[in-house]
Amino acid sequence: MSHLLEVKNLDVKFDTDEGRITAVENISLSVDQGEVLGIVGESGSGKSVTAKSIMKLNPGNTSYNEDAEIILDNENVLQFTSKQDLKKIRGGKVSMIFQEPMASFAPAIKIGAQMVEQLLIHKNINKEEAKSISINMLKRVGIADAEKRFNQYAFELSGGMRQRAMIAMALSTMPKLLLADEPTTALDVTIQAQVINLIKDIIKEYQMGVIFITHDLGVIAQVADHVAVMYLGSVVEKGPVNEILKNPKHPYTKGLLQALPDINNLDAPLSPIPGNIPSPLDRPTGCVFRTRCPHHNPEGKDGKIEMKLIEVEPGHWVDQCGIKCGQNG
Amino acid sequence: MGDNLISVNNVSVNFDYQENFISKKQKIHAVNNINIKIKKGSFFGLVGESGSGKTTLGRAILGANKISSGNVIFHDDEKDYDLTDMNKQDLKEYRKKAQLIFQDPYAALSPRMTVRDIIAEPLEVMKITNSRQETDERVRDIASKCRLNIEHLRRFPHAFSGGQRQRISIARALVSNPKFIVADESVAALDVSIQADILNLLKQLQTELNLTYLFISHDLSVVAHVCDVVAVMYLGHIVEMGPSRELFKNPKHSYTKALLSSIPSIDPEKRSEAIELKGEIPSALNPPPGCVFRTRCPNPGVDCKGGEIKMGLIEVEPGHWVDQCCAL
Ligand SMILES: Nc1ncnc2c1ncn2[C@@H]1O[C@H](COP(=O)(O)OP(=O)(O)OP(=O)(O)O)[C@@H](O)[C@H]1O
Ligand SMILES: Nc1ncnc2c1ncn2[C@@H]1O[C@H](COP(=O)(O)OP(=O)(O)O)[C@@H](O)[C@H]1O
Ligand code: SF4
Ligand code: SF4
Ligand SMILES: [Mg+2]
Ligand SMILES: [Mg+2]
Repeated sequence: MSHLLEVKNLDVKFDTDEGRITAVENISLSVDQGEVLGIVGESGSGKSVTAKSIMKLNPGNTSYNEDAEIILDNENVLQFTSKQDLKKIRGGKVSMIFQEPMASFAPAIKIGAQMVEQLLIHKNINKEEAKSISINMLKRVGIADAEKRFNQYAFELSGGMRQRAMIAMALSTMPKLLLADEPTTALDVTIQAQVINLIKDIIKEYQMGVIFITHDLGVIAQVADHVAVMYLGSVVEKGPVNEILKNPKHPYTKGLLQALPDINNLDAPLSPIPGNIPSPLDRPTGCVFRTRCPHHNPEGKDGKIEMKLIEVEPGHWVDQCGIKCGQNG
Repeated sequence: MGDNLISVNNVSVNFDYQENFISKKQKIHAVNNINIKIKKGSFFGLVGESGSGKTTLGRAILGANKISSGNVIFHDDEKDYDLTDMNKQDLKEYRKKAQLIFQDPYAALSPRMTVRDIIAEPLEVMKITNSRQETDERVRDIASKCRLNIEHLRRFPHAFSGGQRQRISIARALVSNPKFIVADESVAALDVSIQADILNLLKQLQTELNLTYLFISHDLSVVAHVCDVVAVMYLGHIVEMGPSRELFKNPKHSYTKALLSSIPSIDPEKRSEAIELKGEIPSALNPPPGCVFRTRCPNPGVDCKGGEIKMGLIEVEPGHWVDQCCAL
């Protein structure tokens, strides 16, 4: 069966005053219907850039490599240039939820009017139908007084409610693929639990595919079926969520898990990953993680081995360094 | 007194609020009748949802927010300072002794100042040092304690990562040699890997420099790891407070329980164990009478519904305090 979304060998580069930046390098990912792919990684690792590529939302100074493919529903999104085509992926087959809900609502237009307008662009329906779909969706995401909220502005809602309104807007067009970029990072834990449950229910009900981006491994454990771990523009490890969290292979994945404060083990010391993430302007050659890896050996192979994922267990892929250069660099 | 550094006695903070100039004036009850004692050398945690009054309480203790009623006493070695009754000279002294570390390492640092100038500024503003040489010595000393290199001092903040910027903010807060630090969500904006590093640094500096912290956070796993005492706030009230291990092992208040169950477990096999709280946190403009949590409480008792019981903490175990509505 073909995947709902398949990203193949994607590079994303930006031209800046300081030079050409490699934000994403040689990424391959896939998402099936009804499946949640989690993407984790530190800030700056290329999570949002990857998601934006799928909607071709990266700015004008972006270049993609010739041989990259982003296949959605059997069409290569990267080849889309016409307005007609782009409309299909922006709010049509694909919707995006952002970290800061204010970013997706225009401040001076009422929430309802924005939802209706978006539906009229993407669906062949009239205003009345669009209004009733919108109000139903607001109810569906647990907003009380949906009719009243429909006529309010985004700033009049609390943070959690605004986030739910944005989810309602993103879902109202019935996208096949939902991109959720840190949708709960700005929320309180109790509201975060509400939003996570909501997203899970809706995925089940509508069988859409989801890419869920976060730097919180706990959130990943709660929502994702598969997970990809990104570092400095590369996927260093990916596989089924259980496998990655319980049997991590890559030193970076292990480092992330160890740095997490565990509420069930208060005696464990907090162990940070030493050092800082390098600037994408001077991306290390070979293994991108070697400047911070505890097992790095300057004499070893990690500066020379090309990065490449290999399958160590069925469905569990790790950068080959972890195997070839092992724990000794 | 004795081993306490800070006593917060019946403190309330209200703000005036007027929707527009013709509507009637209302009061926002940001902080209500709070009593806490912060021991010397402790890492005191304050948790709770957005808008529950954590920052307002922290600022009130620093003398940066007016206190509507009650008082805050700072017990220094030689004398007690009453924040609600301080002359200019005392306030100046207090400002050296109590400092804030900001939430956002990106917004807090002026982009046009070098790191050296950023760290030196409090010394210059408060006229603590007498010569440039003395200033430089103190800046270099605190910078190295915060693991910044001498060469970092000449650079501008944009050249630094989030974690490094947070170390610059910490150095700036510590340069005046304070005794008390309010760290307001100081690691919230950071990735886990850097967060652990900053927390370790704060801990290490605590022993090295004899510091007492008020640590504000909404991340319970972080608080559980670094704090020795924790107070849980909801809608302007402390609903539960106690030694962290006791509180996390044996939570009594319905809100604390819900909060603890909402921490997403790292184990994919333990899903959906969160006690789901329905609805939104009510407005601090008109909090519900009686128990402030009852509009969202998953299992209110019979007595709770009427909202007749007045809020107030009672001690259920040594040092473990719970709001009486919930404890009874
Ligand atoms: N000085 C002020 N005047 C008016 N409103 C304020 C003031 N300070 C804070 N608020 C309001 O209080 C609420 C909480 O603010 P704050 O940003 O401190 O939340 P927080 O708990 O620190 O959130 P986060 O966890 O996202 O940092 C917000 O609605 C904010 O607008
Ligand atoms: N200066 C102010 N003027 C008006 N309202 C304020 C002010 N400061 C805080 N508040 C209000 O007081 C309540 C508590 O806010 P805050 O102390 O920032 O909470 P927290 O830090 O826990 O989020 C909120 O409802 C907030 O809107
Ligand atoms: S290749 Fe070497 S440096 Fe890179 S992650 Fe593997 S062990 Fe570490
Ligand atoms: S007093 Fe009653 S309503 Fe309030 S938190 Fe306790 S059980 Fe819930
Ligand atoms: Mg991002
Ligand atoms: Mg705050």
